[in-house]
Amino acid sequence: MRIDRSIYDQIVAHARRDHPDEACGIVAGPVGSDRPERFIEMINAERSPTFYRFDSLEQLKVWREMDDRDEEPVVIYHSHTATEAYPSRTDVSYASEPGAHYVLVSTRDPETAELRSYRILDGEITEEPVEVTGAPTGR
Amino acid sequence: MAIEVRIPTILRNLTGDAKVVEGSGATLGELFTDLDNRYPGIGARLVDDGKLRRFINVYLNDEDVRFVGGLDAELSDGDNVTVLPAVAGGSR
Repeated sequence: MRIDRSIYDQIVAHARRDHPDEACGIVAGPVGSDRPERFIEMINAERSPTFYRFDSLEQLKVWREMDDRDEEPVVIYHSHTATEAYPSRTDVSYASEPGAHYVLVSTRDPETAELRSYRILDGEITEEPVEVTGAPTGR
Repeated sequence: MAIEVRIPTILRNLTGDAKVVEGSGATLGELFTDLDNRYPGIGARLVDDGKLRRFINVYLNDEDVRFVGGLDAELSDGDNVTVLPAVAGGSR
């Protein structure tokens, strides 16, 4: 998965800001491009340290917007606040976008963010390398 | 009575890749039964044990149907129904 440094940083910043609750959102990109370009923070309707769910009405609005712009969710991200950045059983049971990169951020360590990316297809988790592009911001 | 139903990517293998399909019914439950007759297998992906599956969101004219009667929600000609996969998970 290739992702621009500025978007990577926005995902991590969102996860930090919502800690100890789980943060969630997507990065949209042109259909079929596999390029995560438009960062969209979503509300965690559960406001929970162990669970997340997109607010259903916000999701409808954002999905419509993507439809109008010929975009799709290239990245679907959420944070784990006390455990590693690896998909849980619950994450796998809900995963329903075979084309999406499922990005997990762990905020359990206040100093170092752990961001990892996966494909989740038919219940099977495949980790993939994350290539961060663009200028470093000194992290 | 024609109701337009928007189908998410994950279910399009059941609708011959159609993004929008038509069905009919006086209630959402009837509509889903009708859709299952036209696109066998789709009913079980939407409804389980007489209730909406928790893995999906269904909207009736921009309202989350969970707040307007669920499968008993009444439909009128020209209504729009949108199905989206729920995006959820957690660390447990």
